[in-house]
Amino acid sequence: MSTLTYLQAISAGLRDELRSDERVMVMGEDIGVFGGAFKVTDGFFEEFGPDRVMDTPLAESAIIGTAIGAAVVGMRPVCEMQFSDFISCGFDQLVNVAGKMHYRQGLAVPITVRLPSGGGFSGGPFHSQNPEAWFMHAPGIKVVAPSTAEDAKGLLHTAIRDPNPVCYMEHKFLYRRIKGEVADEIFETPLTARVARTGSDLVVIAYGAMVHVALEATEDLDGASVEVLDLRSLVPLDEDAILDSVSRCSKVVIVDEANAMCAAGAQVAALIAERGFEDLDGPVVRVATPDVPIPFSPPLEQALLPNVDRVREACRELLEY
Amino acid sequence: MATDIAQATAGGTHAASEHLKLEDRIWLLRAMLLMRGVEDRAMTLYRQGKVPGSFYDGFGQEAVSAGAAFAMASEDRLCVLHRDLAAHLIRGVSPARIFAQYMGRAAGITGGREGNVHFGDRRVGCVGMVSMLPDMMLVAAGMAMAFKMRGEKRCAITWFGDGSTSRGDFHEAMNWAGVQKLPVIFVLENNQYAYSTPVDKQFAVDPVERAAVYGFIGVTVDGNDAEAMFEATRVARERALAGEGPTLIEALTMRMHGHAAHDDMKYVPKEQVDEWRTRDPIERQEARLREAGVDVDEVRQQVKAEIDEAVQEALAGPMPDPSSATEGVFCEGEAEPLGDGQAPWSGFQR
Repeated sequence: MSTLTYLQAISAGLRDELRSDERVMVMGEDIGVFGGAFKVTDGFFEEFGPDRVMDTPLAESAIIGTAIGAAVVGMRPVCEMQFSDFISCGFDQLVNVAGKMHYRQGLAVPITVRLPSGGGFSGGPFHSQNPEAWFMHAPGIKVVAPSTAEDAKGLLHTAIRDPNPVCYMEHKFLYRRIKGEVADEIFETPLTARVARTGSDLVVIAYGAMVHVALEATEDLDGASVEVLDLRSLVPLDEDAILDSVSRCSKVVIVDEANAMCAAGAQVAALIAERGFEDLDGPVVRVATPDVPIPFSPPLEQALLPNVDRVREACRELLEY
Repeated sequence: MATDIAQATAGGTHAASEHLKLEDRIWLLRAMLLMRGVEDRAMTLYRQGKVPGSFYDGFGQEAVSAGAAFAMASEDRLCVLHRDLAAHLIRGVSPARIFAQYMGRAAGITGGREGNVHFGDRRVGCVGMVSMLPDMMLVAAGMAMAFKMRGEKRCAITWFGDGSTSRGDFHEAMNWAGVQKLPVIFVLENNQYAYSTPVDKQFAVDPVERAAVYGFIGVTVDGNDAEAMFEATRVARERALAGEGPTLIEALTMRMHGHAAHDDMKYVPKEQVDEWRTRDPIERQEARLREAGVDVDEVRQQVKAEIDEAVQEALAGPMPDPSSATEGVFCEGEAEPLGDGQAPWSGFQR
């Protein structure tokens, strides 16, 4: 075991895969000589060389498209979007070529797309987004979103070893703020939810950075017993775990850092409405970023993103219902 | 504007490529006849209501896919466009499976998951196109990237149309392939129209000239000459395998039918169609082979018999089971890469 930051855990997972499987390669903008905008691939170029740690042209569609081509002839490419926002330029290749390939012609596309996402640091409208729901809506793509250092490594191993396209949402705010004990060997985290804290009065369902907001907001909530469910995987969505928490807690707050409309949490709310209705003792409550681009200036940005106070207030109101 | 047609490099008894034996030249004719015959029969099935959706054919463009695919080895990989049926036939996809594909039947290459020409048989090294053109240029470049990284003597090829040259993926793929000197062949199938849009509304510079600015070679070939297409592709493949990078082959041809079955192509001047009718790729190959003493009518009869049999086989097959419609979105087992295809050119016989 080692104590690693969330970012170090991602690096460790990538390095382990590059060492253990010659089919694995990483590709992206400025990831080689420079080691990546966030230094996730720092030192990789020296260890694995320019082919397996490929500095690419500034062309996101080409990064995804060529990764697909390499994957169908036997490689296991891991693409880095410098910021998850830039996946919009590779959307077509990911959604139309990669996502539909297996259904259409039985051809597997084992690619992982790393998507540094999330706000909270004045990144502005193009460096702060949480685009996971775009890909949840597209058949054939798995979506994972670790919240801890351990899951950051384990889910990366799972993603790279999965025979399908996987969007790996890594939250930038957690990179250096979260630390944890992580096994040194390769381990695969299952694509299931994780109970981050057990409780019985209310469950907060979240993923990524919002898991930490949920934990802090409900750590001492007037003596209430609050469960926190960390989804970890958005596709597949662990419906059993969600419904199990709902049946035990009967009150639900769902937190998304993404814009509210059709977010991952909206799907969770729909699931509960369809299959957990009888277990509810109150309305399903959502806390999410309003449907607004993420602004640059700190007071504007903080006015939008879900935070500890907003989640605590939502939980208090629901507990009193 | 590239409207002049490059002259055939040779005609008559001699092949346009010294690498083609007589049996190869007959194979090229056979592939083109099969393509035209299968598509003609499929259009009839479409009008009979047996082919759902729409139908797209490559009438008049048969040489572009036949000649290029014929130059590829079994271990090479292909991303095939919608007017390139001959490429599938050359790789070893049977006409019966193609008819089943058109009719949305279970025995089709995609088992009814995909329509008409949006298919590729992964078992013979082909990836089917998507409708967002030319997305497959990047996929082909990625295949070539893997071949190069692994030090394999293999090549990737893809086809795309004149309209595709306006989209960003064309430029991203050209640039990427040039920067990395990839063993990839880009066949620009210039058939004068993207749906109803003529080439003079598509580009101000002949796209073949763009190859040079991306750092590699562009050549213009008579796309209605299967042997010239073969030779240009063969040379491009040699160059790719020698580490000399990609080639852009602009195949000049003409879309002789509408964009799809519904399109009466009123927007195309009659003289243009009449002019191109005199350059039919099948008639050209037949004339050459007759001069070389080949009984062309016998080849035609064989192809017709093969198609008749294939139609009956496909019509006898079942439609897909509706309960399977949600299956196969994800790969559940091991990711299985593309398999090798058939490479009938005698140069690749082992």
